[in-house]
Amino acid sequence: MSDLLSIDSVSKTFGGVHAVAGCSFAVAEGTITALIGPNGSGKTTLFNIITGYLKADAGHVTFAGRDVTGDDPGRLYRSGLSRTFQQARVFPQLSVLENLVVAAGRGWSQLFTKRVGGDDRRRASELLEEFRLAPVADLLAADLSYGQRKLLEFAAVLMSSPTLVLLDEPTAGVNPVMIETMERHIRQRNQAGITFLIVEHDMTFVMRLCDPVIVLDAGRQIFSGQPAQVQSNALVLDAYLGA
Amino acid sequence: MSRGSLVRGGLFVLVLATLPSFGLQHWFLNLMVFVLMFATMSSAWNLVGGFAGYPSLGHAAFFGIGAYSMALIFHGHVLSNGYEPFLLLPLIGLISAAVGFPIALIAMRTRADVFAIVTITFLFMVQTLAFNLRGWTGGSQGLSLPVAPFPAVSFEEPFYYTLVLLLCFTLLVTFGALRSKVGLSLVAVRADEDKARGIGVRVTGVKVLAFCVSVGITAMVGGVWAYYETFIYPQFAIDPLITIAVVLMTFLGGRATLWGPVLGAFVLEAGQQTLAYRLGGSQFYLIAYALVFLVIMLLLPRGVLPTLGDRLRQRRRARSVDSTSGGVTPMAAGAAEPPVALRRGASA
Amino acid sequence: MHALVQGVILGVLTGGVYALMASGQTLIFGIMKVVNLAQGAMVVMSAYLSYQLFVSFGVDPFLAIPVTTVVMFGVGVGVQLVFLRPLRRDDKSELSLLVTFAVALLIEGLLSITFKTTYRSINTSYANSSWTVGGYQITVVRVYAFALSLVSLGLLFLLLNRTRFGRAVRATVQNPDSARLLGVESEKVAALGFGLGAATAAAAGSVYGLLYPFYSGSHYDLISRLLSIVVLGGLGSVGGAVVAAVIVSTSSAVVASTVSPAWSEMTFFVILLLVLLVRPQGLFGKVGRGAL
Repeated sequence: MSDLLSIDSVSKTFGGVHAVAGCSFAVAEGTITALIGPNGSGKTTLFNIITGYLKADAGHVTFAGRDVTGDDPGRLYRSGLSRTFQQARVFPQLSVLENLVVAAGRGWSQLFTKRVGGDDRRRASELLEEFRLAPVADLLAADLSYGQRKLLEFAAVLMSSPTLVLLDEPTAGVNPVMIETMERHIRQRNQAGITFLIVEHDMTFVMRLCDPVIVLDAGRQIFSGQPAQVQSNALVLDAYLGA
Repeated sequence: MSRGSLVRGGLFVLVLATLPSFGLQHWFLNLMVFVLMFATMSSAWNLVGGFAGYPSLGHAAFFGIGAYSMALIFHGHVLSNGYEPFLLLPLIGLISAAVGFPIALIAMRTRADVFAIVTITFLFMVQTLAFNLRGWTGGSQGLSLPVAPFPAVSFEEPFYYTLVLLLCFTLLVTFGALRSKVGLSLVAVRADEDKARGIGVRVTGVKVLAFCVSVGITAMVGGVWAYYETFIYPQFAIDPLITIAVVLMTFLGGRATLWGPVLGAFVLEAGQQTLAYRLGGSQFYLIAYALVFLVIMLLLPRGVLPTLGDRLRQRRRARSVDSTSGGVTPMAAGAAEPPVALRRGASA
Repeated sequence: MHALVQGVILGVLTGGVYALMASGQTLIFGIMKVVNLAQGAMVVMSAYLSYQLFVSFGVDPFLAIPVTTVVMFGVGVGVQLVFLRPLRRDDKSELSLLVTFAVALLIEGLLSITFKTTYRSINTSYANSSWTVGGYQITVVRVYAFALSLVSLGLLFLLLNRTRFGRAVRATVQNPDSARLLGVESEKVAALGFGLGAATAAAAGSVYGLLYPFYSGSHYDLISRLLSIVVLGGLGSVGGAVVAAVIVSTSSAVVASTVSPAWSEMTFFVILLLVLLVRPQGLFGKVGRGAL
C-alpha cells in the first residue's frame, strides 16, 4: 500500500508557542488512520495546515504524489481532499439538499446553471438515502439536530468523490446511537475505497475502527502503530498522564 | 417560490409602467423618479451587502463616478433627441465595474469589516478627487450637462421609464442569481466563508462578481441622476448619505431578499422626501434621519420581510412535522458530553 | 528637497495627533470588534467643546483637555450602553458599523444646530507663531500638539499596562472568551473601553481645533484617514496605529508639498490597498488561531 498523504517535518508557531514542531507521518491508502493526542498537541492545527487553511512555517505536505504545501483549500477539495470541522459546520440557511449541492466542487461554468439541477438532485439523492437524510432533504439545515448536522457535513464532503477524508472529532457531542451510525458510514465508505484520517478523543471508538493509530504530543509524532499497542506504549502513557 | 415571484414581479412592473398615464402631477412623478433610483440602488447594494454579506459603504462613490462619467461625456454637447445619454448607460456601468474590480479583489481578501472600511475610504477619496481635480470636474463649481430636450409636460417620463427598466434589470439579475448556483454560493459565503472555501465554492469569484455588478448598476443610476439634475456638485454626487440611505432601505425591507430593498426604498424615500420638505432640509433633518436609522437597527435589525418570512416558515414547519412524524429517525440534540477516555488537564 | 523635508516635519508632527485619535479607535475595535465610525464625529465634538470653553471662559484648549476627556468619556460610555449593547451577537460587527455611522450623523446634526455650519477656529495668542529651524518653518501649535499626543499616548500605555482595568482590556483584546472565563466582566470592559476610546478622541479633538478650522461636517475628512490608519496598523493594535498614523500622515504631507495637495488624499488609499495586498491583516495585525 502506498502513502496517499505524507507530512514531512511540518512546523507552525503561534506567538512563540510551537503548535506543530517538525511533525512527520504518512497516511497509507485505504486505511482508517487515527490521529490522537492530548489537548493542545497540535491535531487541529495540523488538520488546518493539511487542508490549506493555515500556512506552515516549514515543512511539506504531499497528497497523491503531488506537493500541495500552501495550496488553497478549495483547490485541495476539488483534487480529492475533504474535511469536516469539529463543530459540524453546515449552512443553516440552506436546505439539506442544497447543503449537498453546494459542496459538489463545481467549476466556473457551472455557476450560472440552475441552483439545484436534475443532475445535482440525482447525485445528492444517493447520499441522502445512504445517510437517511432523504425525509428531511427539504428542511433547512438550521432545523436539524446537532447529530444530524454532523452527518450532513460528512455526507456533503463526499459530494466531490474524495479519495481522502479528514474527520475532526466525528463523535464529539453526539449520542451513542449516532456514534454507531457514524462508525457504520465510515466503514462503508472505507470499503468503497476512501481513506480516512480521524482526530478523535473517544478511545473506544478509535480502538474499534482505526488502524493504524498515530499519537501526537507537543506538536510531533511520538507513536505510530496498531491500536492494541497504543495503550501499552510507555511514551503514550507518559504523554497522556503527564510527567 | 418561482411562480409567486413571477406574478408579483409582473404586477409590479405593470403598475409602474402604466402609472404615468394617469396624468400625475409633476411633484409626484419627480418623487417616483427618486424612489425608483433608490429602489434600484438598494437592490443593487443588496447583491453584495445582502447576499454576499459584505457591507459596502462606498457605493456613493460609484454613484458619483457614474454621474461624473455622464457629465464628462456630454459636457458642452448638444443633444439631438435627448435619448443618447440613456443609450450610453451600459458603457458607464462597465467602466465603473472595471474601477470596482481591483478594489473588490483586494478588499474582499480580508474580513467584512475591513472591506467596509476600505470602501468608505474609497468614497471619501473619490469625493476629494472630485473637489480637487478642477480641470475635469470643475471642483466645487460643479459641472453642467446639456438640458434634456423633452417637452415640459412630460419631462420626467423618459427618466422614469429608464429607471423602471434599470430596476427591472436589477431585479431580474437578483432573481437569476437566486435561482442559480451563484446565489447558492453567495449564501454559503455569507454564512461561513471559510467553510465555503474548503468545499470548493468559488468564493472570490462570486464575491467580486456580485460587487462589480452591484457598483455597475449603481453607477448607471448615478448617470441618470446627473442627466436629470443637469448640474452636479461633488458634495451631492458623492454623498455618504446616499450610501447610508441605500443601506438603510435594504436593512428595513430585509437583506438578502428579492423585494426587501424595493419595499425599503418605497417607504423610506417617500418618507424622506416628505421629511426634507417639512423640515426644509435643515439640520433637524439629519437628526431625524439618524434617529430613524437607529430605531430600525435596534428594533428591526433583520428587516420586515425576513421577520415575516420566519413566521410563515415556522408555521409551515410545524405543519410538516405533524404530517411526517415517525418517518424521521428522532435524534437527540447534541448535549451529550463525548465519552473521554484519555484526556490531560483542562482545556488548553 | 526643501519641500520634502518640510513635508516630513509637518507629517510627523501631525501624525502624533492622528496616532492619538486612531489609538482610541483601534482600542475600541480590539475590545469589542466594533469599527467605530463615530470616532471622527467625537473628535469634532470635542473640538467644539474646547472652542466653547475658550470663547466663553478663555480656557486654553490644552488646559481644557481634562474637562473634554471626562465629558467625552461619558458620551462614549453612553453610546456603548444605549446603542451598541442591545445589538444581537451574531451580526454585531456588521450592525455596529451602521449604528456608529448613525451616531456620527446624530452628533453632526446636533452640532450643526448648536453651532451652525460655518467654520470655526480657536485663535489662541500662539496660534500663528512659528519657529524657523535651519530654514524650515515649524509652527508652535504643532509642536505642542505633538508633545501632548506623546504624553497622552504614554498615559494610555501606562493605563493599559499598569492597571487592573488595563489588564482586563488586554485580556479581552487577546481572547474575549477566556477573558470572560477568567472573570473579566466583558460588558463593563466594553463600556469603559468605549469611553476610553472617546476620551482619546477628546484629547485629540482639542488639539485638532487648534490646528485646523472645523465645522460639523469635518468628521467626514477625519473618518477615512482614521480608518486607513487603523486598518494599516492592524485592527486592534495600538502600537500599529501609532506607526501607521506617522506613515500615513508623513506620506500625504510629502505628496502635498512635493506633488500637489490634490493627490494627497489619494496617497493613503493607495498605501492602504498596497499593504492589504501584501498583508491582509495590516502591518501589525495578528492572524488569529481561533479564526477557524
